[in-house]
Amino acid sequence: MMNLATKLVGWIDQRFPLVSTVKAHVTEYYAPKNFNFWYFFGSLALLVLVIQIVSGIFLTMNYKPDALFAFASVEYIMRDVQWGWLLRYIHSTGASMFFVVIYLHMFRGLMYGSYRNPRELLWIVGMILYLALMAEAFMGYLLPWGQMSFWGAQVIINLFSSVPVIGPDLAILIRGDYVVSDITLNRFFALHVIAIPLVLVLIVVAHLVALHHVGSNNPDGVEIKKYKDANGNPLDGIPFHPYYTVKDGVGAVGFLIVFCAVLFFAPDMGGYFLEYNNFVPANPMKTPEHIAPVWYFTPYYAILRAVPPMFGSQFPGVVAMGVATVIFFFLPWLDRGKVKSIRYRGPIYKAFLALFVVSFVGLGWLGLMPATPTYTVISRVLAVIYFAFFLLMPWYTKVDKCKPEPDRVTFK
Amino acid sequence: MRALKIVCLTLLLAAMPVAATASGAAAHLDKAPVNLQDMASLQRGAKLFTSRCLACHGAVSMRYNRLKDIGMSDEEIKKKLELPDDVKVGSTMQAAMDPNSAKLAYGVAPPDLSVISRSRSADWLYTYLRSFHTDKTRASGWNNTVFPNVGMPHVMADLQGELELKTENQGGHELKKLVLVNPGSLKPAEYDAAVADLTNYLVFMGEPAKMVRYQLGMVVLGFLLVLFVLLFTLKKELWKDIH
Repeated sequence: MMNLATKLVGWIDQRFPLVSTVKAHVTEYYAPKNFNFWYFFGSLALLVLVIQIVSGIFLTMNYKPDALFAFASVEYIMRDVQWGWLLRYIHSTGASMFFVVIYLHMFRGLMYGSYRNPRELLWIVGMILYLALMAEAFMGYLLPWGQMSFWGAQVIINLFSSVPVIGPDLAILIRGDYVVSDITLNRFFALHVIAIPLVLVLIVVAHLVALHHVGSNNPDGVEIKKYKDANGNPLDGIPFHPYYTVKDGVGAVGFLIVFCAVLFFAPDMGGYFLEYNNFVPANPMKTPEHIAPVWYFTPYYAILRAVPPMFGSQFPGVVAMGVATVIFFFLPWLDRGKVKSIRYRGPIYKAFLALFVVSFVGLGWLGLMPATPTYTVISRVLAVIYFAFFLLMPWYTKVDKCKPEPDRVTFK
Repeated sequence: MRALKIVCLTLLLAAMPVAATASGAAAHLDKAPVNLQDMASLQRGAKLFTSRCLACHGAVSMRYNRLKDIGMSDEEIKKKLELPDDVKVGSTMQAAMDPNSAKLAYGVAPPDLSVISRSRSADWLYTYLRSFHTDKTRASGWNNTVFPNVGMPHVMADLQGELELKTENQGGHELKKLVLVNPGSLKPAEYDAAVADLTNYLVFMGEPAKMVRYQLGMVVLGFLLVLFVLLFTLKKELWKDIH
């Protein structure tokens, strides 16, 4: 039996690099031994991606992308499809949890300088993933065809029409119609279930290949490849399998406990994961008095609203919102610090990072609220802090007084 | 570092409990006594719903035989809810009145009620159904303090009786109050209980699988907790040589 298995592997290996691939990416991929809590979120993002794809496939079997039937078909899934309610809640909870995980994953990168040399491309590929995920979530949110689906899409697509010269035509090109309609629903369905997921999966592979090529960063921000043993393996590295497969397994189950607590006991999460108004079928004739995007877009929405219209155009706000998302791409070149990890950074960087967190969460909250004059002022202050974190980075990371980095990783 | 973690977590937690519904109405809402395990209440609610609401509103996502979940057999569904002969127990709940005539009669097409408890909330429904009052300025003769200028007339006026909105002057403050001027067939407490049953039913209908969801959730969480402990022990054992 054993012999047969060895023979089979040998047969495959002559035709496909099976053993070397498994070695390079799993059993002999050496990861730093000092990963902490924040290092769970990469593997968790992959887990959520799989959850979304699998639950999405089954939802697609029962959902109808048709303005007349979409809303009812979601309720059909909730009631008449065997385990349909479970599929739907897995997918809706997964959407929000994806962003929870990705935001924490990105925050980890900020804290430990994971975007710095030699991981600039890894970071950029990750940022492309983030943008693709936003597009995926935005288009998916139209599919239930509730009031918030419809009006959220209407508001966001209208932003494109504020682009000078080509704006109005661009918006029509996106919608395929003069308003969000059945045509828009159909194309968003196509993009949501096939186009963007394909892109996502391909870029995830690129992200992993790039990661395994340069090797993982770690909470100390020092390179483990500097010190190697006689076999050429990093002294502070341990094979991904079994050490991190098991450790990430613990993380995955811990995460699933939180995931299932939401899924089974509060799938609408008090109106944040599933907005109450989205249980009203889309009605193009009736604008809801308060339109708020889902929570994961609200920081950017707040920035959009914080910028006053100039020359009678909303375009500056749209630009600010775009820049707020794209500015992450430039982090590798904005950061001039001598050290990577927050552990050895000086007080100025720590203060700026804390302020950035305050502004991001604050803007997220404000984006959910109706825009009152007071809130608008607060949004403006927080938006300035948000951009200051990036734009002043070349200065404050340079003047900051860093502590000396250790030669090798610290591990208790 | 630790301080930063604490700041982040506190901010995240602080952002959570803000009410996500900003749907206008500032009217005070009474707490609806919802109990999805009270089958008798759900069945009374279903009876009220089919006899009073289904005349104009539909619940097109809800099938009659889903009432098995609240303990009714096919026979009981047919008999107790007085289903017309041409309506099968497997059918969805359609309004008796067609939407166009309803729109002509009330100025607005009555909304489908399948998921009304999820868009409006149980408290809103419970308060709304107890807040109708007479209003001569309205075509229907009725108005509502929770939903001003609503198109719907008070279809349970025979049960509740007629309420009037009266303005009282209490120490300089104008206080608007609903006063029962013409009693119905039910005492106020009985009417509240009937509306509670109806609200309970509407919550059930909004998500019939809810109780199943809770039960399954306990099993899944129990399994995951055991798995977590096992995996955590395995991880400890495996990692004990890493220094």
